[in-house]
Amino acid sequence: MESVAWDTDVSRILAELESLRDTKSVIEQRILALEAQLREINLRNEVSNCDSCSPTSVLDSNSPNGLSRDAIYRYSRQLLLPSFGVEGQANLLKSSILVVGAGGLGSPALLYLAASGVGRLGIVDHDLVELSNMHRQVIHTESYIGQPKVKSAAAACLKINSTVQIVEHKEALRASNALQILNQYDIIIDATDNAPSRYMISDSCVVLGKPLVSGAALGLEGQLTVYNYKGGPCYRCLFPTPPPTTACQRCADSGVLGVVPGVIGCLQALEAIKIASAVGESLSGRMLLFDALSARIRIVKIRGRSLQCEVCGENSTFTQQHFREFDYEKFTQTPLTVPPLKLNLLPVESRISSNQYSEIISKKEPHVLVDVRPSHHFKIVSLPKSLSIPLSTLEARLPEISSAIRKEEDDVEVASGSSVQLYVVCRRGNDSQLAVQYLQKMGFASAKDIIGGLESWSKDVDPNFATY
Amino acid sequence: MMQLTLEFGGGLELLCESKKIHNVNVEPQNGSDKLIMKDLLAWVRTNLIKERPEMFMKGDTVRPGVLVLVNDCDWELSGQLNTSLEDKDVVVFISTLHGG
Ligand SMILES: [Zn+2]
Repeated sequence: MESVAWDTDVSRILAELESLRDTKSVIEQRILALEAQLREINLRNEVSNCDSCSPTSVLDSNSPNGLSRDAIYRYSRQLLLPSFGVEGQANLLKSSILVVGAGGLGSPALLYLAASGVGRLGIVDHDLVELSNMHRQVIHTESYIGQPKVKSAAAACLKINSTVQIVEHKEALRASNALQILNQYDIIIDATDNAPSRYMISDSCVVLGKPLVSGAALGLEGQLTVYNYKGGPCYRCLFPTPPPTTACQRCADSGVLGVVPGVIGCLQALEAIKIASAVGESLSGRMLLFDALSARIRIVKIRGRSLQCEVCGENSTFTQQHFREFDYEKFTQTPLTVPPLKLNLLPVESRISSNQYSEIISKKEPHVLVDVRPSHHFKIVSLPKSLSIPLSTLEARLPEISSAIRKEEDDVEVASGSSVQLYVVCRRGNDSQLAVQYLQKMGFASAKDIIGGLESWSKDVDPNFATY
Repeated sequence: MMQLTLEFGGGLELLCESKKIHNVNVEPQNGSDKLIMKDLLAWVRTNLIKERPEMFMKGDTVRPGVLVLVNDCDWELSGQLNTSLEDKDVVVFISTLHGG
């Protein structure tokens, strides 16, 4: 009874949220339209007065150094740097940079690029802002949860510097659209999170002759280098063969400390600014390795362009046409946009749904629930009375399962004809199937797993149960 | 006996009990008086890698996606498997990251 009332509460709130979001989006559209109108009007009045509110007066052909009065004041601290100066700033203002991915790396990169005065800044991302992004994707704010990352990032950049031209590419980068998008920019920043995108972006930079600032971060480590610049190597020179898929961990599975991609993303912005403004010495031919936990940064010398490289080498025949037809997902055995892996290893009779498990609990049916996630996952959230036995230790800890079953037999009066059941759960319902396969082989014939794991428990049974 | 510092990163440390830095003594192999990277790889695989060796090596070299650095320099520049090692050398094995 109580749960029915509670359900209607939830649906009422969800409905109201939905309608408020719709209203908000209408208001935001209106604000954008009015702002655009205002800019138009200011532009027309520019000759007469009011250059402080005109966002387009950056480069001024009448001024001896090409910078407008506003631009001189805004960028004064950079102009004062002897090794950057007016020339560096003017080059930057004329440059265009594309950031692929508005996530953990792209967030700080975009903020600094916008602030420092890149002329045109492009953002590619197909994804929406999520609560679990906020700890590292610092360009997005809570009010944008559920909205396109590109839109959120563009708004944040314009708030910092309305004189930068921001271009939104709200789509996933694919072999079919990559050349057309990348070709509009001078410098490309790879701030993506998967292997096929990294090969695809590097290859298109080679084909188009664009420098590529490539960063990556996971857990407590980061890596950074510049590819395809001034005779340096491309990504394929370094990694001609893709790694096995089991070696490609993702932030959503392995975790990442927010500030780590922050550090690498800032350095990506820095390398791109150096190239755009033609100052300093780029990281081309070198790689920066960042280990946050031990506070160590190591800069190593890497190989130069490989003559045998299939894409940038002497005898390469890799053309724009080859690029468009290349199957990056097949090459790396990894999808470009990552749908969660869904294994299906067990017959239906060896599986139960989270709703069925919920009934088992309410009917107090005698059973043991084994949670096979790693123990640091178990500490985040777990079901009551579940037994934590990580999959990697299952083999050694079978006796614990047997004794838990015996204890349940003693504690609960097991009705004649029935017996204590064994259920296995994990985060999404993949590892639990592997565990059940193994358990059945080892004599726990009736072992079953919970389809969809704790994610489905949260979705279908208890919305208050935390997901991560 | 040769004293070497071996470092594992980018997740490879998980294969050697999550320890990143290993100070080790390695003897030149096969009666030779020098140690080359090929010998060191075999030694590492036997003595340091505790699980999933296929995540470290493929054939007699490192698996795709692993960079090897000898004294902060890509081993491609020093002869890869034939790079000879000297006392107090630092060898880094690092798996390329893709996250962001
Ligand atoms: Zn190449």
